[in-house]
Amino acid sequence: MAQQFMKPRYGKAADGSSTAARSRASKWSRPGVLIGLVLLTFYSIAPLWWLVVSVTKSRVELYNSSGLWFGSQNHIVENFRQLFTYEDGIFFRWMGNSILYAGVGAIVCTVISIAAGYSLSKFEFPGKKIEMALVMVSFLVPTALLTLPLYLLFAGMHLTNTVWAVLIPSFVNAFDVYLAKEYIDGTVPDELLEAARVDGAGELRIFGQIVVPMLSTPAATIFILTFVLQWNNFYLPITMLRGSDKWTLALGLYSFMQTKQSSLFDPTTIALAGSVVSIIPLAVVMILMQRFWRSGVALGAVKG
Amino acid sequence: MTNTMTKPSEVAQEPQNNRAMNPVAAWHRHRGLKGALFSLPFFALFLFSFILPFLYALWESLFVLKYSGLGLDGPHPRFAGLTQYARAFRDAAFWSGMGRVALFTCVATPLIMAFAAVEALLLDAAKRSAKKAYRFLLLVPYMVPTIVSTLVWVYLYSPDIGPLKRFFALLGFSVDFFSPQLLWVSMANLLLWVNVGFNMLIMYGSLTAIDPSLYESARIDGASELRIAWSIKLPMIRGTLLLTGLLSMIGMLQLFDQPLLFRSASPQTVTANFTPIMTIYNYTFSAGGDYNYAAALSVVLALVIAAISAVVYGVTNRKGK
Repeated sequence: MAQQFMKPRYGKAADGSSTAARSRASKWSRPGVLIGLVLLTFYSIAPLWWLVVSVTKSRVELYNSSGLWFGSQNHIVENFRQLFTYEDGIFFRWMGNSILYAGVGAIVCTVISIAAGYSLSKFEFPGKKIEMALVMVSFLVPTALLTLPLYLLFAGMHLTNTVWAVLIPSFVNAFDVYLAKEYIDGTVPDELLEAARVDGAGELRIFGQIVVPMLSTPAATIFILTFVLQWNNFYLPITMLRGSDKWTLALGLYSFMQTKQSSLFDPTTIALAGSVVSIIPLAVVMILMQRFWRSGVALGAVKG
Repeated sequence: MTNTMTKPSEVAQEPQNNRAMNPVAAWHRHRGLKGALFSLPFFALFLFSFILPFLYALWESLFVLKYSGLGLDGPHPRFAGLTQYARAFRDAAFWSGMGRVALFTCVATPLIMAFAAVEALLLDAAKRSAKKAYRFLLLVPYMVPTIVSTLVWVYLYSPDIGPLKRFFALLGFSVDFFSPQLLWVSMANLLLWVNVGFNMLIMYGSLTAIDPSLYESARIDGASELRIAWSIKLPMIRGTLLLTGLLSMIGMLQLFDQPLLFRSASPQTVTANFTPIMTIYNYTFSAGGDYNYAAALSVVLALVIAAISAVVYGVTNRKGK
């Protein structure tokens, strides 16, 4: 959408102007913008540069050389070998768990949210107003506040320290339902549904064969937003999960930092290698699906 | 059966008896109920993982663990009314954590918003050909998992391996990023790095939706680009600024992940009750598993955050009008 607007170039409008203010603006705004953007880009990239440089160093060099450039020899293979063999390769287990929690959570959440959004958008039924109000109010409820109550409830049901303790809460996202409803309001015409009904199609068939194929954009958006949310989730898993075999990447990395203060073993190089590996899946998903999460973020902001 | 029926309007036009309207109403109702089934999975799970835990926490917060008799068979919950809440209101550690985080939120949120707004305005003013590349690069921190960004910054600040301390030493400053004085600056910088890109994206989205002819007329009137940014662009995206500000404020009041990781680097400065959420976590898992009190603290924190959000929303909304 942004590209549709032909933005007048800076400086052009000031051509031929005689006021000092205008010529000053045209003269300085262009390099000013450039310098600002370059500095800000440096700020966003520099910490990751340090990470990339440091992951190639041996423990000794990490402590003794400048953090801004590579060391004398490349130690990256050794660092990754140590990471992958740490406690019989438990890192792979954490990786698998993270993919499971984020992947399954996001898929189920997408299906549930789209169905709910369709229901709220196209049907009238008793209780609909209440449901809608609950969805809106729950935007403002900080999720961290629900985590402890959820823990108490799950503890009573013996669900803590199971996969479900992390998965079930990730299935529910009021914002995603709202996103789906907004999209369906705007793109699925009532006449189409009416016509299908006249032709004798059942409600489930209408949803599955007519509505769902029209919703690939919001589905992808909801999937990616939920995936990122769950991949980053820390408070819920650290509350729910005790055994390290069920941990996520985030909990595993946190445990590396915990060991540092308590033992002689220094896991810094492993932690750095682990950080690099944890960035990759998230970055790949986000780069491939950029179009979707950007539109989702924008829609949420404009309407919310 | 309902599907094979003719259009409802045709049915309605043939009033054969008093109940002529009923098939139509029933038909609509039947369809509505079928439609409601589509939202059933969401609503059921919503009740289970939002409403039920909240009610459960309210219920649990009304009890106190008491040892009966010799206490040999462990503590029993006993109904205690609002005792836990009275205790919460007198809990100095909890409230000082709350004050600490509230103060930090008041300083850091506007800073992040201002930074994001500047980024969005610069991006909006950049050459069209360069926009995409800059937008991508500025969003890179958003693609890094929270835990990794915190870990990387903790290492960057670290006196052993971090380059920042050496850099400041070259300039002649001896800096301890985990000292009580600098800790908040260090944390604010981390949160800025993490959050600025996302907020920038939302603001930039709103900026591109402004009709550019507005700038054209301002330029003809002799307004500088800086003036246009301040007097046209920012007021036009006021709603977005308010919303992103409110959301990041609510997020910051629940500060947990970052201080917990800072704690592993500097346990003496970042205490176990450093933020309200950390206090709740601490009561649940470390301090003897006092669930009832932790539940009461959760309810208090929810009320405080709701109150602050309402006040901030009310004030900022009124000011703009």
